[in-house]
Amino acid sequence: MSINLQALSAQLLVGLINGSFYALLSLGLAVIFGMLNIINFAHGAVYMMGAFAAYFLLNIAGIGYWPALILAPLAVGLFGMVMERTMLKWIANLDHLYGLLLTFGLALIIQGVFQNYFGSSGLPYAIPDALKGGMNLGFMFLPIYRGWVVIFSLVICIATWFLIERTRLGAYLRAATENPTLVRAFGINVPLMITLTYGLGVGLAALAGVLSAPINQVRPLMGADLIIVVFAVVVIGGMGSIMGSIITGFALGIIEGLTKYFYPEASNTVVFVLMVLVLLVKPSGLTGRAA
Amino acid sequence: MTTITENAIPSPRRTVKDEMVAFAIMTALLLVVPLTGVYPFFVMQALCFALLACAFNLLIGYGGLLSFGHAMFLGTAGYCTAHALKVWGLTPELGIIVGVVAAAALSVITGLIAIRRQGIYFAMITLALSQLLYFVYLQTPFTHGEDGIQGIPQGVLFGLFNLSKPITLYYVILAGFTLGFLIIYRAINSPFGEVLKAIRENEPRAVSLGYKTDQYKLLAYILSGTLAGFAGALKVFVAQNASLTDVHWTMSGEIVLITLVGGLGTLFGPVVGAFVIIAMQQYLAGFGQWVTVIQGVIFVVCVLTFRRGVIGEIAHYFKRSL
Repeated sequence: MSINLQALSAQLLVGLINGSFYALLSLGLAVIFGMLNIINFAHGAVYMMGAFAAYFLLNIAGIGYWPALILAPLAVGLFGMVMERTMLKWIANLDHLYGLLLTFGLALIIQGVFQNYFGSSGLPYAIPDALKGGMNLGFMFLPIYRGWVVIFSLVICIATWFLIERTRLGAYLRAATENPTLVRAFGINVPLMITLTYGLGVGLAALAGVLSAPINQVRPLMGADLIIVVFAVVVIGGMGSIMGSIITGFALGIIEGLTKYFYPEASNTVVFVLMVLVLLVKPSGLTGRAA
Repeated sequence: MTTITENAIPSPRRTVKDEMVAFAIMTALLLVVPLTGVYPFFVMQALCFALLACAFNLLIGYGGLLSFGHAMFLGTAGYCTAHALKVWGLTPELGIIVGVVAAAALSVITGLIAIRRQGIYFAMITLALSQLLYFVYLQTPFTHGEDGIQGIPQGVLFGLFNLSKPITLYYVILAGFTLGFLIIYRAINSPFGEVLKAIRENEPRAVSLGYKTDQYKLLAYILSGTLAGFAGALKVFVAQNASLTDVHWTMSGEIVLITLVGGLGTLFGPVVGAFVIIAMQQYLAGFGQWVTVIQGVIFVVCVLTFRRGVIGEIAHYFKRSL
């Protein structure tokens, strides 16, 4: 078969963008899992809240895209920290599965409330003026906003990796993941760190939501199906390594894009099929520790 | 650490008599339902969900495995039974067998994959597998996509019982539920069930005693999936349709919710939970998406303050096992 380079690179770009969201979301899940030992089922819901926060900022307060890129993740991150302090904290000593059930309930509440007021249809969010238009790369036409999403997500992912693996704060964080009691004995406020970690993970998801608002429209259920794909990404990559989550996220996005070009019928399912294959070959995930 | 299956640890005063009395009360109540004027469709639906939740509970309560994808068995059996009845024109008993066999086959395949991980990974894997099937059913022609299979003929069971008569259908569904319930009861009180509980409490020790724990977990998974499929096949006769709703992840969440409300790891909890949740949906149907919000609130409240569930609390109060 002859390969249409234009169409192929367009699908690859879509794949890269989805990969950026997978990477940002699975990164947040991995960070939260490391500290709190829970899988945050509400991750898709907070991703959606990030997009809605940007929408509200624009349509109610008249605040545009660039400030929203900072304000929306901050606001949603704060919301996450309140959830952690008021609810998640109380089940920290229980079976980890309770965390899954609790955050699933929170996701239902958040999504249900938004669906009540905004229905299921999408709300438009315009691309900021500075990123409108596109570039002709010769073999394809690259919309500038899409290129920006990929590069910016990559920068944020690397920055998060740097924060956790290469700074003093990150060292405390990694130490508290291994042995919270001992770290507390050194006079470090571990409960505060847990709250901040949850806020960071949630903020990353909200940031992905803001980035996706101009591309995918703002919908109450935009995160609901995405989160299940991200779970599969997390199972494939394992949650043991930050860099592993980032690479797996981008790689699976690209594979999905390629599938959309070569065999579109399987584009919805390819990530799940890969998950099955990885489980059969290497059950602990590509980079993860067994659990 | 408090485990999620606290209820399932038998109380020192556990007696078979308690369970017999509770079973007798449950059966007596269900037998007289058609005489009371309660909407039979509601009770039949609740019974299907009760069996589904009991099957789910077998896995979480006794195997310690939380499946977030049990809707795949419900939906698969539903679609297969519906197809067999409507397109192949099979009799009800054969239609049920087709659905149950399909669910059993699915549980063997997904079980071999999912059983490789535990805890939250197991939950995520089962969720992803059921989402995979959701997309498959969305695209394959025999499920009719968004429309689903509708107007399914109910037929005459064993050539004797006309299932289009509500009262006959009711007792057939009740018989099916009771059969499934007793199979589960037998399984958890058998040597197999004891080994399962041992694995739940301390898997390395069970391994050191020579048990092939993966085989036990797989068998529990298959039994649970097959019985969930049985519930799905029965549900086809009640709802007379099979649709994507039954394979969606929201359905899997509902199954978890039912069991959580009734009491994870209790024998009768899933049955009580099914009646509570189905009744709630029935009465709040006019409130649209607020039903989802209320379900979320119930999840949160149960996890934070009411982890034993209805039956778990009763059993705890009387220091018995139910």
